[in-house]
Amino acid sequence: MSDTTTDLATTGHGDEPQFPLPAHHLRLTDTDPRAARRAERQVATMFALSALLVVGFIVAYVTVPTENFVSLGPIGVVNSSNLLLGLSFGGAVLLIGIGAIHWAKKLMADEEVTDERHPVGSPQEDKDAALAAFQTGVAESGFAERKLVRRTLLGALALFPVPLIVLLKDMGPLPGTSLRETVWKKGDRIVVDVTKQPIRPEDLRVGTLVSASPEGLSELQEEQGTQNARAKASIILVRMRPEEIRNQQGENWDYNGILAFSKICTHVGCPIALYQQRTHHLLCPCHQSTFDLADSGNVVFGPAARRMPQLPITVDDEGYLVAADGFQEPVGPSFWERGA
Amino acid sequence: MTSSSVRRHKATGLAVLMVGLLTTGIGYAAVTGSAEASAPTASASQVEAGKKLYLEGCATCHGLAAQGSTDGPSLIGVGAAAVDFQVSTGRMPLAGPTNQAPRKPYSYSADDVAALAAFVSSLAPGPAIPTSEDLNTDEASLAEGGELFRTNCAQCHNFAGKGGALSEGKYAPSLMNSSDKVIWEAMTTGPQNMPNFPDTTMPAEQKQAIIKYIKNLQNGDAPGGLALGSFGPVTEGVFIWTAGLGALLAAAVWIGAKVR
Amino acid sequence: MSAIVNEAGKAISRADERAPISSLLKANMRKIFPDHWSFMLGEIALYSFIILLLTGVYLTLWFKPSMTEVIYNGSYTPLVGIHMSEAYASTLDISFDVRGGLLLRQIHHWAALFFMAAMIVHMFRIFFTGAFRRPREFNWVIGGSMILIGLLEGFAGYSLPDDLLSGVGVRIVAGIVESIPVVGTYLMFFIFGGEFPGNDFIPRLYTFHVLLVPGILLALIGLHLILIFYHKHTQYPGPGRTNTNVVGFPLFPVYVAKAGGFFFIVFGVTALMGALVTINPIWAYGPYVPDQVTAGSQPDWYIGFLDGMLRAMPPWETVLFGQWTISWNVFIPAAVMPGILVTLLLAYPFLESWITGDKREHHLLDRPRNNPTRTAIGVMVITFYGILVINGANDVIAITFNLSINQLIWFTRIGIFIIPPLAFLATRRFCLALQRRDRELLLHGRESGQILRLPHGEFIEIHTPVSDEVRAVILSKEDVTPIEAPPATDENGVATPGLRGKRWRAKLSQAYFGDNVAKPTAAELEEAAHHGHELHDHEVEELEAAGKHAPSTLTPDSH
Repeated sequence: MSDTTTDLATTGHGDEPQFPLPAHHLRLTDTDPRAARRAERQVATMFALSALLVVGFIVAYVTVPTENFVSLGPIGVVNSSNLLLGLSFGGAVLLIGIGAIHWAKKLMADEEVTDERHPVGSPQEDKDAALAAFQTGVAESGFAERKLVRRTLLGALALFPVPLIVLLKDMGPLPGTSLRETVWKKGDRIVVDVTKQPIRPEDLRVGTLVSASPEGLSELQEEQGTQNARAKASIILVRMRPEEIRNQQGENWDYNGILAFSKICTHVGCPIALYQQRTHHLLCPCHQSTFDLADSGNVVFGPAARRMPQLPITVDDEGYLVAADGFQEPVGPSFWERGA
Repeated sequence: MTSSSVRRHKATGLAVLMVGLLTTGIGYAAVTGSAEASAPTASASQVEAGKKLYLEGCATCHGLAAQGSTDGPSLIGVGAAAVDFQVSTGRMPLAGPTNQAPRKPYSYSADDVAALAAFVSSLAPGPAIPTSEDLNTDEASLAEGGELFRTNCAQCHNFAGKGGALSEGKYAPSLMNSSDKVIWEAMTTGPQNMPNFPDTTMPAEQKQAIIKYIKNLQNGDAPGGLALGSFGPVTEGVFIWTAGLGALLAAAVWIGAKVR
Repeated sequence: MSAIVNEAGKAISRADERAPISSLLKANMRKIFPDHWSFMLGEIALYSFIILLLTGVYLTLWFKPSMTEVIYNGSYTPLVGIHMSEAYASTLDISFDVRGGLLLRQIHHWAALFFMAAMIVHMFRIFFTGAFRRPREFNWVIGGSMILIGLLEGFAGYSLPDDLLSGVGVRIVAGIVESIPVVGTYLMFFIFGGEFPGNDFIPRLYTFHVLLVPGILLALIGLHLILIFYHKHTQYPGPGRTNTNVVGFPLFPVYVAKAGGFFFIVFGVTALMGALVTINPIWAYGPYVPDQVTAGSQPDWYIGFLDGMLRAMPPWETVLFGQWTISWNVFIPAAVMPGILVTLLLAYPFLESWITGDKREHHLLDRPRNNPTRTAIGVMVITFYGILVINGANDVIAITFNLSINQLIWFTRIGIFIIPPLAFLATRRFCLALQRRDRELLLHGRESGQILRLPHGEFIEIHTPVSDEVRAVILSKEDVTPIEAPPATDENGVATPGLRGKRWRAKLSQAYFGDNVAKPTAAELEEAAHHGHELHDHEVEELEAAGKHAPSTLTPDSH
């Protein structure tokens, strides 16, 4: 039974069907010429309509500007051009399909035909011949006897892909310590995202949330031509009553109840600002990691394994909020070299 | 635009100018008139009426002196805007203990809401109800509103303002039926678990821009057709597995079916 | 002969002088394919792929795979003046300034969702009917690989416009790559050309999406189809159908019309969806900025199970010697688990044939009930997958049905270990019950609902024998005897080589087939036909014809 060379005819379900193929039933279109003609007319109508819709498509393409909108009730206010082009093209294509299948079902022969299967494998003589050819080739090449050639060839072939892999090295720079660093440093002013205005402590009420970044980030972005700095440096500022802060990552890292945390999730790096001001919880919209900002940004739920890094803040001479120092731990997701 | 056409058509210019001035004048009067109505100047009697309403409907949870209790936060300093937001959207008074006060048909008349707001704002200064000038979005930039919305609002309310889930059954509600006044009040006061965005970090022009963007979202433009709730790929997936694949399977069954 | 045939004949003979067209046509033109709706699922996938190629070529005409920052100045006013990448700006142009561009984009994306959905449904059809067995194991592996590659291809396409939603998805991928022990950080820097997001990712992804992966897919599809032609299609059991024949309609003309027509139907339906239903409204998401995000950030549905796994994972992380970090919370759900699942998927035909010892060629499909263990495994996998997909959408489910995401995640964390095994057991029971019912049907026929009173007062119900069609289907079942474990030593006292493996195999085989309900033997059928406890219709007629005490027939309502 488990013999792999068993041929098809002697296995499985036997050659002769136990029950014969049911008798062929004639369709209405086989017996009634009028029904057949009707089916023919239906098919032709669909093909003709399809052609008409193509004309409609061209008319819509030429006449309907892309900025026109039309209200379609429950579907909404939709773009007329997209609607008309799609309906005419889709309709034209669909009608060809329905017509062809209607034709096949109603008018083409529908008597089931039986075909024999043959074993999938090659006949034994072919297998023998193939093996013999292979043997001849091996013998003629001397691959078996000439060990030195064989071994050096295998060695050469094993090494030949190495340059192809080495060439990939310049796909990017080596990481170095860059994942540990952000642009934040002592004295950097904190500015509101989008408007870039600096912030005074009194600008924040209890319960205020501000998405912020270091001053000069946009200029840096311009200079570097990437968003790399922003992807690590963005922070949120929140304010709670000082007595509500149970723990911080460093002593007096807040400023009168104003706390600054990284905006980048420590799980896989989504930006988070779903701050729930009553519970002080910060929720990630991607995988629902939840951090308690009143308790050192520790994880209270979800897949993130690390607390949200806190940025120590203070005010400068002019009374604006600034970073008291850079981040004291890497922001964003963990990586192999990150360590404790 | 109007002024330039006036200059071009001198013959009709004067008439148009007159009509223009007249309509502007009437419009201005109407606007300022309504502004006064919606931003009530708190008279002593109004505060008194508000206090009465407060003691009847709110004091059980928020305390006799609005100092707050285990059942409700302190209302001292929340301002008229908070009262107007909570009561005019029916969130307060709360029907029963829930994760979060839901929007529902409101139970107070506009006068009562104004009286309550007057009373609460008499306790301590707080965010005021926006004036119609505050809510004028004519000058606001739609694109800037979009950028501000994506930076400050979309994380909870979703990219199309359809709302989103928060922790433990709480949620950021849909903004599809929110009036511009309510949106403003929510931003300044930070109701429930929403953080607040005071004018100091988000000036009035920015709030106007955000309101303009949300109003644009409320128009329901769907260039590509049925928006499937604007919930992103999840509803698209549901659609392909039900309607989409359903249609193609129906076609397959039709193709495979025997003709009689 | 008609003019068409004459012309075609001339064309063929001209072509034949250059390549052996006639031999090819002779062999394949009247090839027989069986007709069944479930054989068209793979066709949906194939046609979606063709639609993807077609529309994709058009999209490349206008799409600019560049992360260079530009200021948008097109006709979508809510974004005018906003800084964005060229990739995003050109996608906006396709959507709003190229006539029919939005339609092409929407058809392309809907077709991608169809492609993945159809491949998966097709795979389950193959699985449940045992169509992956010899000689088709290799085609199963090709198909499984195409699902995996399709998943990558889909994700690449979803990411190319550089919108806020997909950008967050790319950020997640970067985080996942970072979680790979030892090489992850370097890999991430090589992929992104430095730190995330850099300037290289979109152009690199573009080549991957429009050249490399479609090329591989095209080659695999070609191979898949050649093998289908070569093996000839499997068929469902039925009268006239055996393991050595194939019953159906010829390729030309019936399947040229039916399959060709179906292509146009798939294309038409996809185009109508492109006209009427929004997909991936990138303009509403906004351009990607690394510090912005939207609630309900989701991948396309076919990545949903991975996202669901990421969400459900507990926060496990290990730091080795205070120096090296292993993020189990990311690495397991995003890399290890998919690896295990894909390996199991691709290996299944070989695992099954090892357990069952069945190495024969199969061209007649199994009925799912006749292989209860396989069917139960399939349902278990679907349940497992389904729970993960649901968890991947838990925030949208929570806001829609007023539930708590925390509870949904706990439901997944616990349910993923409990519900799939329950589904396995329930399905297996259900299949065995169906087998028993089949056996009953053959032995005792169908209950007619007519009650008969016999002369001596006994009431019996008349059973009508089932039709030949039903008999043929039921009797197609193959009863397999589980493999016996070999004795520890043979008669000469020599230890059996590989005894442990063989014993394991016997155990698995027992578990696989142990409680099979044997189909009736020929003798049992014979016996049932003549000495059954029930009277059959024809026997009633005989009784009546003989003028004996005609028994009174009662309807079921009368008692």
